[in-house]
Amino acid sequence: MKVTIDGHEIEVEPGTTILQAARMIGGESVPPAMCYYSKLEDTGGKCRACLVEVSKGSEADPRPMPKLMASCKTGVMDGMEVKSISSDRVLEARKAVTEFLLINHPLDCPVCDQAGECDLQNLSFQHGISQKRFKEDKRTFEPENIGDNIQLHMNRCILCYRCVKVAEQLTDDRVHGVCGRGDHAQISTYISNAIDNEFSGNMIDVCPVGALTDKTFRFKSRVWFNKPYNAHRNCTKCSGKVTLWMFGEEIQRVTARKDEFHEVEEFICNQCRFDHKEPTDWVIEGPRKFEKFSVINQNNYTRKLDKVVIKTEEHILEGREQDRIKISMKNIPYTEHESKE
Amino acid sequence: MATKILLDKINVPGIRSYEVYRQQGGYSSVEKALKTMTPDEITEEVKASGLRGRGGAGFPVGLKWSFIDKKSGKPRHLVCNADESEPGTFKDRYLMEYIPHLLIEGMITSSYALGANLSYIYIRGEYMWVFKTLERAIKEAYAAGWLGKNILGTDYSLDLHVHCGAGAYICGEETALIESLEGKRGNPRIKPPFPAVSGLWGNPTVVNNVESIANVPWIVNNSGADYAKLGVGRSTGTKLISASGHIKKPGVYEIELGISVDEFINSDEYCGGMMDSRPLKALVPGGSSVPVLPAHLIYKTANGEDRMMTYESLAEGGFESGSMMGSGGFIVYNDTACIVRNTWNFARFYAHESCGQCSPCREGTGWLEKVLHRIETGQGTMEDIDLLWDIQKNIEGNTICPLGDAAAWPVAAAIRHFRDEFEYHVLYPEKVKNRDHFMNEPFESIKHLITN
Ligand SMILES: Cc1cc2nc3c(=O)[nH]c(=O)nc-3n(C[C@H](O)[C@H](O)[C@H](O)COP(=O)(O)O)c2cc1C
Ligand code: SF4
Ligand code: SF4
Ligand code: SF4
Ligand code: FES
Repeated sequence: MKVTIDGHEIEVEPGTTILQAARMIGGESVPPAMCYYSKLEDTGGKCRACLVEVSKGSEADPRPMPKLMASCKTGVMDGMEVKSISSDRVLEARKAVTEFLLINHPLDCPVCDQAGECDLQNLSFQHGISQKRFKEDKRTFEPENIGDNIQLHMNRCILCYRCVKVAEQLTDDRVHGVCGRGDHAQISTYISNAIDNEFSGNMIDVCPVGALTDKTFRFKSRVWFNKPYNAHRNCTKCSGKVTLWMFGEEIQRVTARKDEFHEVEEFICNQCRFDHKEPTDWVIEGPRKFEKFSVINQNNYTRKLDKVVIKTEEHILEGREQDRIKISMKNIPYTEHESKE
Repeated sequence: MATKILLDKINVPGIRSYEVYRQQGGYSSVEKALKTMTPDEITEEVKASGLRGRGGAGFPVGLKWSFIDKKSGKPRHLVCNADESEPGTFKDRYLMEYIPHLLIEGMITSSYALGANLSYIYIRGEYMWVFKTLERAIKEAYAAGWLGKNILGTDYSLDLHVHCGAGAYICGEETALIESLEGKRGNPRIKPPFPAVSGLWGNPTVVNNVESIANVPWIVNNSGADYAKLGVGRSTGTKLISASGHIKKPGVYEIELGISVDEFINSDEYCGGMMDSRPLKALVPGGSSVPVLPAHLIYKTANGEDRMMTYESLAEGGFESGSMMGSGGFIVYNDTACIVRNTWNFARFYAHESCGQCSPCREGTGWLEKVLHRIETGQGTMEDIDLLWDIQKNIEGNTICPLGDAAAWPVAAAIRHFRDEFEYHVLYPEKVKNRDHFMNEPFESIKHLITN
């Protein structure tokens, strides 16, 4: 089937979604996805960040679709034409979705372990507006302890349902889910219950925001100060293929390996993730490269980086001559005129 | 007296019981259908009747039935939507409470038409006493041989259950209803696939409103063509209207589609005119989800024609100057009502009832509620009015299910037609802090304060 997205044409198999086709094309036209996760079944359709305009339905029925469509849930038709970044309506809608996701979001990036690898940060950076129109108090939730390994910050949750799908599809027993409705809906175990299933740690990796983070990594470092390495070990439970996040010789965090769309390549078990923090536990393959646009890339030492030289005035520490005189308030009296300069 | 199809026996003493219902000719449509008609013939009659879904969207019932996937060989289901939770709508309750066997008869005949052997009535949790009424009625129907194996000695069998919801408006959305019936959280599904292909437990399913199904016995007993003779144009038959608000005689009325709004509000047969003879200010003709109409667009449409009680006429003028039939929740306001307060009240409902699955509705409904509350309590600004407009615009059309639209439309219509009233709230905060601000001082009498 042939589909055209923002003018790029591509042949895809029947059953492919618009989002998948866009990912095959790559680049700017790939819609942001906050809830869809290709490695999990039955995800997507919820965040509405991936809305696109279908300007031509198909060769057989060329009528445009009146509503914007969730690209992660809409299958392509032969001859379909889609506008992603090239549609003002789409950009408007993404802006709106970003604003909706942020109105109740705490924005505690400075103390959030997700900062630097957060999809919501990236979305806001690309589609956010700088003013804030929400004057009310943000919604907050009582903290809930969901076990020894995983930290839940419900205030940061965007209800993408990915962690619920992980629990449903990867672990034997789902002990958590979404309780309540509307903007008071929350991720919870309902009757305080520990989530300690063998594969539960993957919830951390799929969480697009800092609502689920690794307790063994808590406040250890900002992610961009860590150097990621691919490593593996012989594991009976999972493939044992992970990314180690190192600070010097210390393994500060273990995660699954994530691709350019921030999705894990293979899910890993909790032992690999939480219990093996000695470099001798692992065979280190080499540095890991991140394709996805992210602040981590700023620290990407797999590229050649030129030494940064900041050009300054020679006597910058002493300040400008005229200021020094003013600060010491010698000879020159303060005048209204000057203060406006 | 106008023709009544659903309520003509409602005043017969004891009609709630099986014996009386049967004596009055009840269950004859089941006899006729099972013994003399094929399922497809019934579907054709229903198609010919032009009956449109009474749950809100007005989709033709026969057409919906004809979409059900009969080729897959999977079991099929009919599910009756009795979740009736739209503010202003209470007609299904009336029907089920006072003449429960009519619904059960309709369920049997309709299930036969669809080839369903297992059907459900999904009723909202707050209707617990009606739930019990239905349970008793179903038991009676089983005992009399209308349900169960080989009904009337034919090879058609049907099991019917009534299932009680847990109190969620969203479970009235057909796919959320199906999820809930399956024992899951009542989140609407993403369509496609539609229930006609993959509904309850992945089987082809038709979801219909109580009133839609209750019309089927009459159509089978008489004919689709007879039904289509009632009403006008594409609005055939009769419709139950839940009338409430500032009228003399609130209640459930069965009207023939096509009478005028004027007649409905003012004739003694129906609402009996305005309460205390105060002037009419606004009308929500189809339940809280539809746009509100200002006084000058109630009896007449924008191009001066009489506004009729039909799907088409109520929608005449689109969003600019029209509204919708919706579920028939007819709410009348006189000049003491505050549009801002009413809009806030609706917004609070939607914020509370949003399932929270998709971001625009989850966050947007809560935001609308907060801003409206601020304006209503005298803490709003002029920018807030534009902000409301932006929020509703950003919700509309961008959500999984129509609840998002239903939350957006009333806000849009209120601002479109009553912007001056919002401005008054901003300019005279001290006045609106009194909860009953328009009681003694209707807006009409103080309008001059903001017109210059
Ligand atoms: C939020 C929401 C709530 C709804 N609530 C009801 C309801 O309480 N009763 C009902 O019959 N239909 C309700 N509907 C409409 C149903 O989704 C569906 O269209 C209807 O049951 C189909 O029946 P009909 O074709 O006979 O009207 C609701 C729809 C939405 C989006
Ligand atoms: S989840 Fe993302 S946006 Fe939210 S506080 Fe953490 S880093 Fe910031
Ligand atoms: S906790 Fe994270 S993964 Fe789970 S629903 Fe919230 S945002 Fe999604
Ligand atoms: S529109 Fe609202 S009610 Fe409907 S699925 Fe989205 S969040 Fe749920
Ligand atoms: S990624 Fe498509 S709706 Fe969230």
